[in-house]
Amino acid sequence: MATLGELERTVMDLLWGTPGALTANALRDQLALATHDAVGKELAVTTVLTVLSRLEKKGLVERERETRPHRYRAITSREEHTAELMHEVLVTAPDREAVLARFIGSVSDSEAQALRKLLGS
Amino acid sequence: MFWAAHLLAGLAVVLAWPAPVALSRAKWPTRAPATAMILWQAIALAGGLSMIGAMLVWGLDPLGDNLVEALGRLGTMAISNEPAAELGLVHVFALSAAGLLSAHLIFTLLLTYAKIQGQRRRHRDMLNLLSSPAANRPATLVINHPTPVAYCLPGGARSVTVLSDGLLDLLTAQELDAVLVHERAHLHQRHHLLLWAFAAWRSALPWLPTSQLAQRAVNELIEMLADDEALKTVREPVLARAIAIVASGPLADSDGVYPSDALSTTTLTPGSPSGQDTGSTVNRIHRLLTPQPTLSPVQQGAALGTSGLLLVAPTLLLIAPWMLG
Repeated sequence: MATLGELERTVMDLLWGTPGALTANALRDQLALATHDAVGKELAVTTVLTVLSRLEKKGLVERERETRPHRYRAITSREEHTAELMHEVLVTAPDREAVLARFIGSVSDSEAQALRKLLGS
Repeated sequence: MFWAAHLLAGLAVVLAWPAPVALSRAKWPTRAPATAMILWQAIALAGGLSMIGAMLVWGLDPLGDNLVEALGRLGTMAISNEPAAELGLVHVFALSAAGLLSAHLIFTLLLTYAKIQGQRRRHRDMLNLLSSPAANRPATLVINHPTPVAYCLPGGARSVTVLSDGLLDLLTAQELDAVLVHERAHLHQRHHLLLWAFAAWRSALPWLPTSQLAQRAVNELIEMLADDEALKTVREPVLARAIAIVASGPLADSDGVYPSDALSTTTLTPGSPSGQDTGSTVNRIHRLLTPQPTLSPVQQGAALGTSGLLLVAPTLLLIAPWMLG
């Protein structure tokens, strides 16, 4: 059985790859295809709904409530989320400095210029 | 106890301002980052201890000749609900301040821990969705972004190193190894604990010169320590080039990679002609390319001895004030 984390990831991949919205049933069928083995087939729709509601709480997925059954879509694209995450990594704020250790701290423009010259570019 | 309180207060002032300013301007820490790190920890610990200790000892002065006796007397007074007339208002105030400062420091330490853990958990959650495992490299994730970035996210057994596509495009295999060894050194040497402690120290007392200078110094020192660890497996020019490339950011013209010849060290001198600060990254590269001799045993001993003394002095003043005579 795949973990919730893995399922969240696969569901998001499917939603990001779909232009429109999908129902939980359609998602389950696609999951069965995507995972290629028995895992997907055994997957109950309720599990998919659990995963979807977790993703909804995290602000990644929204639900279209006009139709029945509800259809789900990704709120923003994978690229936007990645850009947001990288922004979090690159922006230096005193209260965030301890969260992760970056290979290179923030570099001023003049410093970057000096380094580029150094590299012969 | 009277003199002990004044000496502790004096020590607290020295450790809050002149000592950290002097250490932050010193040049030798680049030659012995581990020793400098110990000294910064001693300054922070002894600073906090003498700040609290000065107020505590002075507040308890009327109650006895040493800390144990005076605390015992205070306990009896509290239990039997005696009026604090014997103590006097100023001393009660000093005692309350000592209690409040201790509580504030401990609370900030815990709060900072919770905040950092929360931010790491959210970050790991998003990484789970957005990154993919790097081929042939354990505990390494690749994220799809053009900016060259490498960082490690501590989290016990779930610690990961994250690399961006942009970084993989720019670096050779050797340079990439240098980056990975550097990041793993952060994890092995538990640098996140230092980052946590000094981040808490800063957010508890943000207006104190020592807490700001200490956090900046610690941030730079852990990079040097990780660089030194990386040098056990890669050569200096490789690591220096990796640092320079990542720090330069994405290439403006996308016609390819940097020329593969070595860095020209001649153009690199800390303290540029214009007199402006060259920044810590340039200093880091300079340190790799023109290695400085390590400290002599005497200098090393002096720095470590000072660290020891800084911790012993306030402790003795607190528990054995009669030694002053």
